[in-house]
Amino acid sequence: MACEQWQGDLDRYLDGELATAEAAGLAAHLRTCAACAAEVLERVQLKRSIQIAGTRYMASAELRKKISRSVTAKSKSGITGQWRLVFVPALALVVAALVLTAYLGQQRTARQRIYGELVDLHVSTLASSTPVDVASSDRHTVKPWFQGRIPFTFNLPELAGSEFTLLGGRMAYLEQIPSAHLIYQIRKHYISVFILPDRAAEIKSLPSGTADRLSFRMESWTQNGLRYLVVGDTSEPDMRALAKLLRDAG
Amino acid sequence: MRVSEQRLSAASFEDLALPLFDQLYNFAHWLTQDKSEAEDLVQETYAKALRGFSSFQAGTNFRAWMYRILRNSFLGSRTGLKTMVVLDEESGEGLPTENVTPEVLLLEQANREMVQQALEGLPVQFREILLLCEVEEMSYQEISEALAVPMGTVMSRLYRARQALRTALRARIGGRHGM
Repeated sequence: MACEQWQGDLDRYLDGELATAEAAGLAAHLRTCAACAAEVLERVQLKRSIQIAGTRYMASAELRKKISRSVTAKSKSGITGQWRLVFVPALALVVAALVLTAYLGQQRTARQRIYGELVDLHVSTLASSTPVDVASSDRHTVKPWFQGRIPFTFNLPELAGSEFTLLGGRMAYLEQIPSAHLIYQIRKHYISVFILPDRAAEIKSLPSGTADRLSFRMESWTQNGLRYLVVGDTSEPDMRALAKLLRDAG
Repeated sequence: MRVSEQRLSAASFEDLALPLFDQLYNFAHWLTQDKSEAEDLVQETYAKALRGFSSFQAGTNFRAWMYRILRNSFLGSRTGLKTMVVLDEESGEGLPTENVTPEVLLLEQANREMVQQALEGLPVQFREILLLCEVEEMSYQEISEALAVPMGTVMSRLYRARQALRTALRARIGGRHGM
């Protein structure tokens, strides 16, 4: 199909509003047409710029408190004496459960702290005006950029035929260990992949598999002495698909 | 955030509405361009939504419903009446795209302020649809519910909003580099 016929679909494609078959057709066209690919890149940049620029205003703590108080007071005002009979023992149970959770939680603190650190790195990187130090979708550009910057090497997967796009990479430090931080995109979601030597005790103690924190998902595994940590807010199948691509490449 | 019948009866207004606070405030501030007006607008939105919660229809989109209340409140305000312009939804389609090259945009990507100023300069209908699509990542369907316009209008307005932003950015980039 000629480019003109695709032009009208580019925005809907990037907004995730094209049907699967149409999107696949357009994706195939993009792989062969530099002009349309450049056009898509420009639109992605524009979308990204709006997203960054648009997240701008923070409400004051007073307003937050005021709204929260007014909403909570109104929703709770319907609780009558009869309900209190149920709520008070329930509340006691909740408190007991919280104490127990806090106790058990201490054992997981180190793990949670690292998960928290990963989410922070992921979010703060995306919020940055320059999220990546090497901006390229070509793994043969991104991987060599890390040479001399990190004391290990790794392989990156070929993404042709998948819905993932490599946006680039940057240096990160986890538990004072220099790490490679790669950013992938699928539809409108961004996924961070951290790769580092599996040597710090805290890193080693992380279990392999899936975890959730603040609605972010994490996949983690060790391969050839390297620990892979994948963080994002996309669906579980997407996370697994990216993890599989990385595993197969490594 | 489509709320089922069952979930609606179980969840309180608080559980559904409070998590939207930050994004509603950001949106309100973008619309009003003023801190205290944005604060009033958010308070009014929550008060109206709380009163109207019993009439909220299960199975519809709660987030879009909240944005719709916020927007209607804004439209009824003095600033809202002043800033909304009449859009000719039919015209403007198929304009030739004169692109900023990717290289130029890449160079300028760091310049968040420039994009913010360009957004500020857009008609409020263009600004709001870009925010709903890019910042809130709403689907066209959700945007259509939030703005109370048909899907076709969402697509054409979004197209024109992007064109307008490109033009504004091109003017700014041109102005700065003497192109």
